Amino acid sequence: MTLTPMEQFEVKPLVAEPLFHIGGHPIYFTNQSLLMVIVVIAASLFLTLTVKPGRLVPTRGQSMAEASYEFVANMIHSATGEDGLKYFPFIFSLFIFVLFCNFFGMVPGSFTVTSQIAVTFALAALVILLVIVVGFMKHGLHFLTLFVPKAPWYLLILLVPIEVISFLTRPISLSVRLFANMLAGHTMLAVFAGFVVALGSAGGVFTGLAIAPMFLIVAIMLLELLVAFLQAYVFAILTCIYLNEALHLHDHH
Amino acid sequence: MELAAAKMIGAGIACIALVGAGIGIGNVFGSYLAGALRNPGAAATQTTNLLLGFALCEATGLFGLVIALIILFT
Repeated sequence: MTLTPMEQFEVKPLVAEPLFHIGGHPIYFTNQSLLMVIVVIAASLFLTLTVKPGRLVPTRGQSMAEASYEFVANMIHSATGEDGLKYFPFIFSLFIFVLFCNFFGMVPGSFTVTSQIAVTFALAALVILLVIVVGFMKHGLHFLTLFVPKAPWYLLILLVPIEVISFLTRPISLSVRLFANMLAGHTMLAVFAGFVVALGSAGGVFTGLAIAPMFLIVAIMLLELLVAFLQAYVFAILTCIYLNEALHLHDHH
Repeated sequence: MELAAAKMIGAGIACIALVGAGIGIGNVFGSYLAGALRNPGAAATQTTNLLLGFALCEATGLFGLVIALIILFT
């Protein structure tokens, strides 16, 4: 028996023929695309079907939808202030998409969309492009003072390149953080599941010992559920923080 | 040296990055607890910062783990 913990991250086309071609590259409908479609449908249904206006006592579903709305609204308000609420639809969709992707990935046998660097980097690049566009639209060329902190000129020679590099590495760190957490967590689960199978099939005393990694999997699963939520939250709040810098430059709101 | 053996050793070395994550997460929760016991009234307001610090800290260590996994399984 061989351990293949990375097998779960393989992107396989579900339909043999490519859907269409972009610049000569065939575009397939993969298991990843399927999971993304499911996530979008589930999230839309969750946020629309549960909420009905005019209910005196909200149902459980409506409470959850409203709580997630208020949670993100409070987060944006505390991180970017009043004028950040304009970007609420973007950040809320981002948060819900990442959260649902992470949670759907926790279902055994499914596929974790956010464990693909292509997906997370696309999301992070979108965030950074939005930050740059918003910054230039609000401040014009004055936006470039973001890279010039208040310091004597001889320190600026050192500080400006550091600020520029730290700004340019943001999409990388934002995407790799989410991708690494998901990849590491799911690989860990698969490795421990491999222990259970190996011990269970070993026979004799070892079959009974297989219960120990089994309980460990349950504990790790709980940790991973926390991480799944936390990473969606971190992704959203870092988006808010970057947006705040573009909106207010150095002065705090 | 055999390529497979070198890969295993490399993956093991890459996992040292997790030492930093362990120290960092311990520091985050330890400092939070120390602060919260001095001023319990302000503790509840800082839970978002606590979770943010935990997640950022954990991620830096996981970068190393991902390198190890990539070395091992690709």
